[in-house]
Amino acid sequence: MTLSAPGPSRNLPQYGALIAVLLANWLLFPDFFAIRLQDGRLFGSLIDVLNRGAPVALLAIGMTMVIATRGVDLSVGAVMAISGAVAATMTGAGWGLPAVLAASLAAGLLCGLWNGLLVAVLRIQPIIATLILMVAGRGIAQLVTEGQIVTFTSPALAFIGGGSFLTVPMPVVITIALLAVTALLVRATALGLMIEAVGVNRLSSAGAGVNTPVVLVAVYVWCGLCAAVAGLIVTADIRGADANNAGLWLELDAILAVVVGGTSLLGGRFGLVLSVVGALIIQAMNTGILLSGFKPEFNLIVKAGVLLVVLLLQSPTLTLFLPRPKGARPMGTVKPPVAPTSGGAKP
Amino acid sequence: MTASTAPPSSAPLLAIRGLSKAFLGVQALDGVDFTLRHGEIHALLGENGAGKSTLIKTLTGVYQRDGGTVALEGREIAPRGVEEAQRLHIGTVYQEVNLLPNLSVAENLFLGRQPMRWGLVDRGAMRRRARAILMPYGLSIDVTAPLGRFSVATQQIIAIARAVDMSAKVLILDEPTASLDAQEVAVLFKVMRTLRSRGIGIVFVTHFLDQVYEVCDRITVLRNGRLVGERRTAELPRLDLVAMMLGRELEAAAHRIDLGPAELDSRPPLASFKAFGKSRSVEPFDLDIRPGEVVALAGLLGSGRTETVRLVFGMDRADQGEATVDGRKVRLKGPRDAVRLGFGFCPEDRKKEGIVGELSVRENIILALQARQGWLKPIPRRRQEEIADRFIRLLDIRTPDAERPIQLLSGGNQQKALLARWLATEPRLLILDEPTRGIDVGAHAEIIRLIERLCADGMALLVVSSELEEIVAYSRRVVVLRDRRHVAELRGGEVSVERIVAAIASESKSGEVRQ
Repeated sequence: MTLSAPGPSRNLPQYGALIAVLLANWLLFPDFFAIRLQDGRLFGSLIDVLNRGAPVALLAIGMTMVIATRGVDLSVGAVMAISGAVAATMTGAGWGLPAVLAASLAAGLLCGLWNGLLVAVLRIQPIIATLILMVAGRGIAQLVTEGQIVTFTSPALAFIGGGSFLTVPMPVVITIALLAVTALLVRATALGLMIEAVGVNRLSSAGAGVNTPVVLVAVYVWCGLCAAVAGLIVTADIRGADANNAGLWLELDAILAVVVGGTSLLGGRFGLVLSVVGALIIQAMNTGILLSGFKPEFNLIVKAGVLLVVLLLQSPTLTLFLPRPKGARPMGTVKPPVAPTSGGAKP
Repeated sequence: MTASTAPPSSAPLLAIRGLSKAFLGVQALDGVDFTLRHGEIHALLGENGAGKSTLIKTLTGVYQRDGGTVALEGREIAPRGVEEAQRLHIGTVYQEVNLLPNLSVAENLFLGRQPMRWGLVDRGAMRRRARAILMPYGLSIDVTAPLGRFSVATQQIIAIARAVDMSAKVLILDEPTASLDAQEVAVLFKVMRTLRSRGIGIVFVTHFLDQVYEVCDRITVLRNGRLVGERRTAELPRLDLVAMMLGRELEAAAHRIDLGPAELDSRPPLASFKAFGKSRSVEPFDLDIRPGEVVALAGLLGSGRTETVRLVFGMDRADQGEATVDGRKVRLKGPRDAVRLGFGFCPEDRKKEGIVGELSVRENIILALQARQGWLKPIPRRRQEEIADRFIRLLDIRTPDAERPIQLLSGGNQQKALLARWLATEPRLLILDEPTRGIDVGAHAEIIRLIERLCADGMALLVVSSELEEIVAYSRRVVVLRDRRHVAELRGGEVSVERIVAAIASESKSGEVRQ
C-alpha cells in the first residue's frame, strides 16, 4: 500500500510542477531558498510557502477522500468560519484552551456529519448537499459571533497559528501530523480500499457487503474535521474570527489542489500526499507572484495558466502525443501474452 | 434508400487478409483472414479473448490495425472510425444499442442526417420516412415515441434499420441476441434473413450455438487471435465446432449429479423463506434451500426470477414475509445482512453491480471478505496476494497478474473473478444470476463443473438461468416462475426440459404453488 498513487511516472507532473514553480520563484527572488533561525523559529520564503499553504493543504487532505468517493464538499470554507467563530467567541468568553479546541473541532465534525447524512442517507447529490452548508455555514458563523469580528488575546490559542515546535511553525507541524494520522487511518486499515471501491462503483461495493453509508459519512465527517483544524489555524493566526471572510473561496483552492494532485473527480484512486503537493504548488505560486512584484491582478491569470499546464500533463489524451523514452511502456505492469490455451488448472 | 443489391462481381463483399493488432505487447489479432460474401450470414465465433471484438473494432476503425488489408468489393478501405465505416457501407449494431433512448424513434433513425426544409428539420417528412423504413421489418410503431420505451429487441431492429437505410452492404451484429427472449430472437432472425435475400452480408457474433445453426450459412472460428478455420455450417457438426473453438475435445454433455431426493429432503433447510415477497416486484413465495443442493429458478425474462434472488440477498428489501437461517429468524435489510449470514451473490449485470472496474483483480477478489471482516481488520497485503493468486489459478482467470484493473479483463474472466470474490468468503449459500451469460463455451463448462464441486462440499446454490439444458444438468430442484409468481416446483426425477417448458407454458389461472 502506497500513500500516493502508484508509479513514479504518474507523480511526475505534480513534483515536477512544484520544483518548477519553486525554481521560478528562486530566479525572480534569489533569496527564495534562504532560511534563517530567529527566536527559535525558522523564517524564510520557503517556510512561508509551507506555513501559508497549511490551511488549503489541510482542506485538501479531507477533500481528497470526499472526492475519491465521487463526491465534493463545497462547505469546507464555511466550516472554517464556523470553527474559527466558535474558538474566538469561546476564548473571549473565558474558556480554557482544551474546551475551546474540543468545541470547535466538534463543530467541524457536526458539520461533516450533516453533509454525510445528506449524501449517504438522503442521497442528495454531494455538490447540492454541501452547497446548503456552504451558504448556511457563514450565517451560522455570524450568529456565533453575533455579527462582529471577534478578537481575542489568548496566547495559548494564538500559539496554534503563530508558534513553533522544534523551530517549525505550528501550522506546518499540525498539517504534517494530520496528514500522517489520515494516511494511517486509511492505509493501515481497509478504509482506503473501501473509499476507492465506493467511489468507483457504489452499487457493486454495496453488493459486496461494503457498508457504503458509513464509508460516505466517515469521509465527510473527516473532511469537516480537517476544515475545523484549518479554521482554528486561521483564527489563531489573525487572533480573531471574521465570519464573513475566513476561508472564503478556499473550498475551490482545495478542490483544485486535489485535482492537481491527480485524484479524479470521477472517484476511485486517491493520493493524499499528492493533494498536499497540489496545495503547495498553489501556495508557491501565490508567494512567487507576491515576491516578484507583479501587480496582484496578474496573480490569478498566471495561476490559472500554470494549473492548466499541470492538468494537461496528467491528461491521458495528451500523454499519447508526447515523446516517450524508447522501450518504455505506458503501463509498467504488462507482461507478455498468456500462453495460448494452456488449459490451466483444470479440476 | 435501400442498400443496392450486389453488383455481379467476382470479388467477395468483404475480404480481410492478414489482419494484425497488438495491445501493449499482447497480440490480439495475428494475421487473421475473413471473407464475407454477398447475401450471407456469417457467424464469427470464438471464446472470450479469441479476438472477435478486436476484429470488429479494427474493421470499423475503432482501433487502427498494425498490419493486413481490408477490401470491400475489391476496393481497399481503412476507415478511421465507426462513422467513416458507415459511410463506406459497413454498419454495426452492438448488444447495447448505441442509440439515444430519450429521442424519438424517428429522430434516432435520422440522427445526424435529418431531412431539412428551409434550414429547419422537416419533422413531417422525417416521420413519414421513418414509418416507411420500418415497414419492411414488420414494425408499425409510433415513431414519435421515445426509443427507450420499446423493448431491447425493437430497439435493435431500429438500429439495424438505421444502418441498412444508411446504405450498409456489410452489417455487423455484435451479440444482438444476448438480452432477447426466444420470440424476439425469432423476429430478429426473420429480419436477418430478409436482409440476406437482398444481398447484404451479415457478420453475426454470438455465444449461442443453437442460433448459429439456425441462421448462419458459414462459420469462422478464431482462437487466441488466430484464425482456426472457415466452414460451411451444414458441413460442420456441432461437436467439431466446439472442438475448433476450444482447441480440444469436450465431453459431450454435462452429466447429472446424483443425490437422492430422500436424503436431500431429510436435511434441515439452511435458509427458509415464508411468504417472502415485495409488492410490484414478486408475489410472496415460500422457498427452502438445503445444504449441498442446487435450486434453479426458471422462467421467461421478466417472470420474477431475478427479483426473487435480489430479495433473498437483500439487494431489494422484501416488504412481507420472513426469512430464517438455521431455524432462526433473520433480518435481511441489505446485502450486508446477507453477507454476514454467509450468502454471496453474483448479479446479472456484472458491470453495473458486480465489478469495481478501476480496482485490481486482487482488490475485487478480496472485497467481500474484507467487507465482512470490517475496515478495522485489514487483510495483510501478502495474504491478499495469496488469496488472489490461488483463485486465479483455481478458476483459470486469464490475466497477466493480479494487479491488472478488472475492467481490462474479458467478460468471462470478470465473471470468474466475481465468483472468486464470493468463494473467498466461503459462503454457505451462493446465488448466481445468469452465471454463464455472455461467457464462452470453455468458461461455461468450467463454471458448471465448479458449481457441481461446490455443492459436493456442502454449499447451497440458488441459480437463475435462461438455459434450460444447463439447469437440468446440475439442479436437484427447479422452481418455475411465471408472471412474477412461483408457479411450480420440480424435484429429482421430475426435472427435465420438457417439464420446465410445460410448467412455464401452462395456463393455470389459479397459480397454485406446489410445495
